[in-house]
Amino acid sequence: MSDQHDDHEPHPGIIEDSGPSEYELRAKAMEDLLVAKGICTREEVQREVDLMDARSPSDGAKIVARAWIDSDYKAMLLADAHTAINELGFHLPNTTPQLDVVENTDTVHHLVVCTLCSCYPRMLLGRPPDWYKSFSYRSRAVVEPRAVMREFGLAIGEEVEVRVLDSTADLRYLVLPKRPEGTENMTEADLAGLVTRDSMIGVTTPRTPEIAAA
Amino acid sequence: MPRVHDRGGWPTNEPIDRSDHQLMDWERRMDALHGVLGAKGLRTTDEMRRAIESLEPELYESISYYEKWTAALEILLLEKGVLSKEEINQQVASIKGQE
Amino acid sequence: MATDAPVKYRLNELVKVRVASPPGHFRTPTYIQGKTGQIVALCGVFPNPESLAHAGSGTPKQPLYRVEFGQSEVWAEYPGPVKDKILVDIYQHWLEPVETPVEP
Repeated sequence: MSDQHDDHEPHPGIIEDSGPSEYELRAKAMEDLLVAKGICTREEVQREVDLMDARSPSDGAKIVARAWIDSDYKAMLLADAHTAINELGFHLPNTTPQLDVVENTDTVHHLVVCTLCSCYPRMLLGRPPDWYKSFSYRSRAVVEPRAVMREFGLAIGEEVEVRVLDSTADLRYLVLPKRPEGTENMTEADLAGLVTRDSMIGVTTPRTPEIAAA
Repeated sequence: MPRVHDRGGWPTNEPIDRSDHQLMDWERRMDALHGVLGAKGLRTTDEMRRAIESLEPELYESISYYEKWTAALEILLLEKGVLSKEEINQQVASIKGQE
Repeated sequence: MATDAPVKYRLNELVKVRVASPPGHFRTPTYIQGKTGQIVALCGVFPNPESLAHAGSGTPKQPLYRVEFGQSEVWAEYPGPVKDKILVDIYQHWLEPVETPVEP
């Protein structure tokens, strides 16, 4: 299994504060070599950096807001998320893992985790937060989801069923949070402003109009 | 006995650290490099996961997320004969020499 | 030569997760192995990650199921209500049928 580790492994950099760690150096070295060998170009790498930087939870928020105000759109989103998302002008490449949307209601609350690594709907929300990738989240979200949510400030009543989804395979999950109370007269854009990244993972609920106005 | 990456339900009371660190440039580039190479069919998600899972447990638990991605990429590129360890070591030395 | 394993389980069917620790890569977490759950979705047929992980062909492709388990049945000391669930995406070759008990 670990045949590659005959040589002394670079020690994780706790050495100097200034200067790159061994891994950072090896990362740069590999890119340099791949470019020198014509396997990829700097521009390709930069383009991909820019692409991922451009993706953010605000994209997911727009989709959630549309689903809140348009029940036909919501039905499509729950049945075929890719088509629904592309319909709002986002371009999900054909090669991205399949995305499924799960709906939180008065009686059901979903929470998403990847215990085995860090699978996340990157193609829509961008890169996952550090905590999502942490050992503590990966360990605890499955066995004590309610305690995890309390840490994020969310107390779910015993009458609500908590459903944890462990993204173990080729599907990625996005939570469609419950629309907050008192938002009947809000514009679609303002509704999108209530939807946070964490509410689309399921560890919290969206902001309320009062919180958003504060 | 679950492997080191199989974390669901591992005993821990550790609170979740909700602080977000801004990705460093090199981490962004490593993230992107995986995407670029993936699009070219030079590395797949499944191979990547397998490579990360093959890291020694102490290493898996001590190095950062993108350090793991870096280690995994090296494993795969060596395995596929795209790069050699000597080349990478030499390039690292060259980079250090320039600083 | 078939490259897709035929779909074996139906919606709402009860299934049990195999207990195994094969060498190499696999995507069935230990915590769910040996547990019995209910199929709530057929997610499609996908290349086998255990083969893809080693640059294999991924065939035969395996049906993938979303399987729902009662949290209180998965964890001996689950601290929440009995209604709470955990859903795991599991490949068909990790599932076994559950024998229907014969009524006396």
